[in-house]
Amino acid sequence: MSEQFEQKVEHEEEHHIVSPFIYLTIVGILLVATGLTVWASYIDLGEWHIAPGLTLFWNPVVALAIACTKMVLVVLFFMHVKYTTKLTKLTVASGFFTFLVLIFMTLIDYFSRAWGRW
Amino acid sequence: MSDSTATANGALAEAGDAHHGEHPAYQRHHFESVGQQFDATNFAMWLFLLTEIMFFGGLFTAYMIMRNWYYPAFVEASHQLNIGWGTGNTAVLITSSFTMAMGVWSAEMRKKGLLVLFLVLTFILGLAFLGIKTIEYSEKWEKHHIPGIRYSTQSFTNPQSDPEVYKEYHDKPLSPDMASKTEMYFFLYFAMTGMHALHMIIGISILGFMIVRARAGAYTTGHVTYVENFGLYWHFVDIVWIFLFPLLYLISRH
Repeated sequence: MSEQFEQKVEHEEEHHIVSPFIYLTIVGILLVATGLTVWASYIDLGEWHIAPGLTLFWNPVVALAIACTKMVLVVLFFMHVKYTTKLTKLTVASGFFTFLVLIFMTLIDYFSRAWGRW
Repeated sequence: MSDSTATANGALAEAGDAHHGEHPAYQRHHFESVGQQFDATNFAMWLFLLTEIMFFGGLFTAYMIMRNWYYPAFVEASHQLNIGWGTGNTAVLITSSFTMAMGVWSAEMRKKGLLVLFLVLTFILGLAFLGIKTIEYSEKWEKHHIPGIRYSTQSFTNPQSDPEVYKEYHDKPLSPDMASKTEMYFFLYFAMTGMHALHMIIGISILGFMIVRARAGAYTTGHVTYVENFGLYWHFVDIVWIFLFPLLYLISRH
């Protein structure tokens, strides 16, 4: 019984109210980052020739890095994941992991299907 | 006899009252506490959002592969999108996420007036986003850039025929074969932004319902689950746009 009671207390303490000041800071960063990504798209950031036939362009890398940063801020603060239970944190992380598996396994298939025949 | 029945009923009623007295009326009986109920529904909402990630993930994967194959077509087709409208819409949507987050805060603080205000602001910003999207879509219709029988590759085989875009980017003419692949870009553009817009329409409809309920005081009793979980949905739709914007509008502007 006392164990149950402790669990209850723990749950009720977990509901964290995020302050409007944090929301304002985050929305400010998000808007600045939007401006930054538009500005960066007008600059040629060059490319990296990793190997013959394999080139990495820096522009999309920077654009995606900014988008990922924005996403992390939205997830942590607007969606309260920073203040939530371990179960929800694990759920969110596994969701993104599964998404990456979807992208990478599909790309591996596309890149390797005609391996050596290009 | 009648006395004993009355006592029995009274005892039952008392037991019932005592049971209800332990927790607020909005707590369902199968949950141990309000906190547990909140965590469980929060977890369920995230499970739903994971299915949404996989749903949009398929579209993003298709985009990545097509973009790798037909890069020149994707670059020139993306020049057709108006960067001003795109950036403006991103700002509108991010601001609507902020007003939604403030709505959740108002519900948590039990401020009914503020909650209604922030929900109405989110509603208006959502409509503004769809309005701007409509302007963009109608431009695509006028230029024959909607995939289908009406589709025309003229802007790409002969870029100078499209002076507004040409004077900014000086695109070189694409071969007819590569120019036909711009249709694939626009197909993905409409599939992805269209699916996103559908999510916005669903979100705005739910917001309308929530505004009515919020005015009746439904979410300012301490029971914030509905507002909180709708907020998660709204922020998720915002995140999808955060990725759609650079991928569709900013492929290569230099």
